Amino acid sequence: MNHIFFLGASNAIVASAVEAPLNYFLHSYGPAAKPTMYLGWALAGLSVAICFIIALLLLTAIFRKRKTSNPHKIESEGKGLQWVYIGTGISTVILFVLVIYSLTVLNQVAKPSQTPSITITVTGYDWWWKVEYEHDDPAKRFITANEIHIPVGQSVLIKLKSADVIHAFWVPKLAGKTQMIPGLINQQWIQADVPGVYTGQCTQFCGVGHAHMSLEVVAESVEDFEKWQNAQRQPATQVLRAEQDSGYKLFMDRCAGCHAVRGTDAKGEHGPDLTHLNSRRRLAAGVLTNTPDHLMEWIGNAQLLKPGSRMPSFKLSESEISALALFLSTLD
Amino acid sequence: MTFSDTKQNHPDSHLERVPDFGCAPVGSDAEVRLAEIWETTPGWRGWFSTVDHKTIGLRYLVTAFIFLLIGGIEALIMRAQLALPEQSLLTPEQYNQLFTMHGVTMIFLYALPILSGFSNYLWPLLLGSRDMAFPRLNALSYWIFLFAGIFMYASFPLGQAPNAGWFNYVPFSGPIYNTGPNIDVFALGMVLLGISTTVGSINFIVSLFRMRAPGMTINKVPILVWGTLTASVANLIAIPAVSLAFFLLWLDRQVGTQFFDVANGGKPLLWQHLFWMFGHPWVYAIVLPAMGIVSDALPTFCRRPLVGYTAVALATMATMLLGFQVWIHHMFATGLPTVALSIFGAASMIISIPSAVAVFAWIATIWLGKPVFKTAFLFFAGFIFLFVVGGLSGVMTAAVSLDLQLNETYFIVAHLHYVLLGINVFPVIGGIYYWFPKFTGRMMSETLGKWSFWVMFIGFNIGFFPMHIAGLLGMPRRIYTYSSRMGWDSVNMITSIGSFIFAIGILIFLANILISLKRGALAGSNPWDAATLEWSTPSPPPAYNFAVIPVIASRHPLWEDRLNENSKRSSLTQGYLLMEGHETLGTSPIDAEPVTILKMPGDSYAPFFVGLFVSLFFVGLLLHWWYFAGMTAAACCITLVIWMWPRKSLAQRTAPKTAHLSGRSP
Repeated sequence: MNHIFFLGASNAIVASAVEAPLNYFLHSYGPAAKPTMYLGWALAGLSVAICFIIALLLLTAIFRKRKTSNPHKIESEGKGLQWVYIGTGISTVILFVLVIYSLTVLNQVAKPSQTPSITITVTGYDWWWKVEYEHDDPAKRFITANEIHIPVGQSVLIKLKSADVIHAFWVPKLAGKTQMIPGLINQQWIQADVPGVYTGQCTQFCGVGHAHMSLEVVAESVEDFEKWQNAQRQPATQVLRAEQDSGYKLFMDRCAGCHAVRGTDAKGEHGPDLTHLNSRRRLAAGVLTNTPDHLMEWIGNAQLLKPGSRMPSFKLSESEISALALFLSTLD
Repeated sequence: MTFSDTKQNHPDSHLERVPDFGCAPVGSDAEVRLAEIWETTPGWRGWFSTVDHKTIGLRYLVTAFIFLLIGGIEALIMRAQLALPEQSLLTPEQYNQLFTMHGVTMIFLYALPILSGFSNYLWPLLLGSRDMAFPRLNALSYWIFLFAGIFMYASFPLGQAPNAGWFNYVPFSGPIYNTGPNIDVFALGMVLLGISTTVGSINFIVSLFRMRAPGMTINKVPILVWGTLTASVANLIAIPAVSLAFFLLWLDRQVGTQFFDVANGGKPLLWQHLFWMFGHPWVYAIVLPAMGIVSDALPTFCRRPLVGYTAVALATMATMLLGFQVWIHHMFATGLPTVALSIFGAASMIISIPSAVAVFAWIATIWLGKPVFKTAFLFFAGFIFLFVVGGLSGVMTAAVSLDLQLNETYFIVAHLHYVLLGINVFPVIGGIYYWFPKFTGRMMSETLGKWSFWVMFIGFNIGFFPMHIAGLLGMPRRIYTYSSRMGWDSVNMITSIGSFIFAIGILIFLANILISLKRGALAGSNPWDAATLEWSTPSPPPAYNFAVIPVIASRHPLWEDRLNENSKRSSLTQGYLLMEGHETLGTSPIDAEPVTILKMPGDSYAPFFVGLFVSLFFVGLLLHWWYFAGMTAAACCITLVIWMWPRKSLAQRTAPKTAHLSGRSP
């Protein structure tokens, strides 16, 4: 019975392992993560093997046949030291090899082989990520949130800052994590060899929203990336941006204190920049997929969907909802 | 130091005497007189004033175990919340308080205090002494521990318990992001608890170097003593860092200093360094004495002495020395330079070498011995396996770049539970099965015992092994819920099931204790036919421990005749008769030559009141009742003056002559 349960459980684990979007252990991509994945396999395999050997030694030690003798007899103390010498000797050799191997891998992943062509500053906020694409030309810099696009095959430098408490930037399939510490600028690099969407997650406990602080890295071809980048650099489209439009007015009254939409009077910096809101895949740092319905659900029930979030739940009338939805639908 | 030196320097020579050497069998006049001298007054007076190390040890054990149960219930509530994705049994804030209090309770209020309980109870018995070096300090250490525990739980019923995790990183725990009393309770509670740990550690260190029976040279003390000594020295070095960190944090929060305040040039990273400079040595402090329990008790069930005593004792100390050199492995992800990471990563791997010494010594002890399958043996054998699993996952996290993936995921949660439950809880429960007859005079049930072991062992592995996999699947720790799309559903369900099975095992163990207390078979002085000194005393031992202070000739005083290593024999029934008041023998630090008759203080209310006033002082600080704090501080000082007031009756007597003993000269 127990056995069947275990088999079923391990199948379930294997099945979920394939789907798990943060499964770095089996699916790492790029030179910043792959050497570590192989190191992980080597260490895990070795650990499992040593566990079995020790378990076997232990069981044999316990159950091996012994000559029956006087139960009051006490064996003398001196014997057995060769166990300690041999066991510790082998362990020491293995550990020294592991030290060398692990430090070699550390050296491999510490720095990219060529200087990164793109620099992105990611700032951790309670509980979302501000993403700034650096450029020598200030006009070409732009800000977005919770979603990073990178070109495939190029190393990207990520500078890490925090606006409040310590967070940690972790896109496990592309690289290990680095803390975002207030007052410091940490950095790491990522590189994706294969196009795809790589999920990231805050891994330093940062308060009530910690469970709901994820991000996505979209790795795409250089052309697609350039296209995306050019689109992001544009201010919001001009349609419906009139004082008389009720959706626009509502946004300026209720949302603009925290959110910015470039090209309008909305310049808030407490929440994500919404200039190209509809270009993103997810809402609220990963809580919902980005559809018009989910967006309105989020605006109405932020505190329910992401308890403690800095975004309040807005009580809006039917007409306000449709007006706001119409305005938001223009933020492509 | 020789006898004659002491004599010449002694200012008060009329107090000198040479103690008699002889027997004091149970029921003899001498023994009755000893009992009168040492026994605590019954009733509430004795309850508050006792300084008997055995009573204090049992209080430590019971209190710490209650904290274990509280922390366990917190864990089960969290496992219920995490059993399924997207549950809302708990709000995030409730979950954060629960996991913080779970960590604080288990690490600070259970793990070390339970080992202090064993050591307090056992040290004088293992060392052949009548008490610890500072019995009243011992009582103070317990009272402050108890009050600090209550203090740290004071805000829990208000829904404002500490909520920033047990390592409490700033700025999240600072005044801006954590405005309630949550963190102040934690900060002041930790400073308070630090006093308890510090005085307790001093007591252990001095006791070891001053209170051993004559002849118990430093290479004959049990490994548990080495473990606790090492942990105590480490605590004295490590605790100041954490007390300072929490005190600075409290100043930041309540007085307006800016040690950790970024806006004014403070450094959040300073907190991490101060905390882990303490935190990592502490991890070893809460496992080394437990490893000592196994090293001492396992041989009893293998019917042979421990293999490699010297190697294991040295490995214990090597672990601790290296343990001060690895704290950065908690901070690999903080952006430190690669060179620094490399050094600390390498040290974190190398620290496994002394652990390998101990593991192979234990396996060899079993292999070359004849195991007796009692419950305690099962717990110790199970411990060896869990120790290896926890050690190997530790090596994995020492590989820096891999740790940058594993760190702050459930892999770490799995690792630390294998280490802390495997190396602390399993030996502790095995130790209770082993010493329960000594504590109470009754045996625990073997049937229930075996059930408790197997349910705990299986539940533990079902519960905690899948956490490794959750970590490899990327599940971060300290999240109150997770989405089904992350692929963590089944591992979490299995973990939750396992944790409840484990809890059933603990319940069986508790039931066994309660039943055995009433109905257990009478134990006799040495039910396991063990080798060490505590088993030469009746079960439970009398208030004075040893009617005569024994003279020790080997590491295995009760097995000497059968081991027959040489012609020397310990003298257990014949020894120093010390009965002109609370007396025991002071010996030299390394060779345990008798040096002086130590006049031991008797029962006193002073430790209780000092503990109470110190704790109330901290309550005053917490509530900003400055006048109250001032009054309690004054009361504390007055009580200390009363405590310390010189008394003629405590003046030390002189060194005994030892020339007539077993052919040795002083």
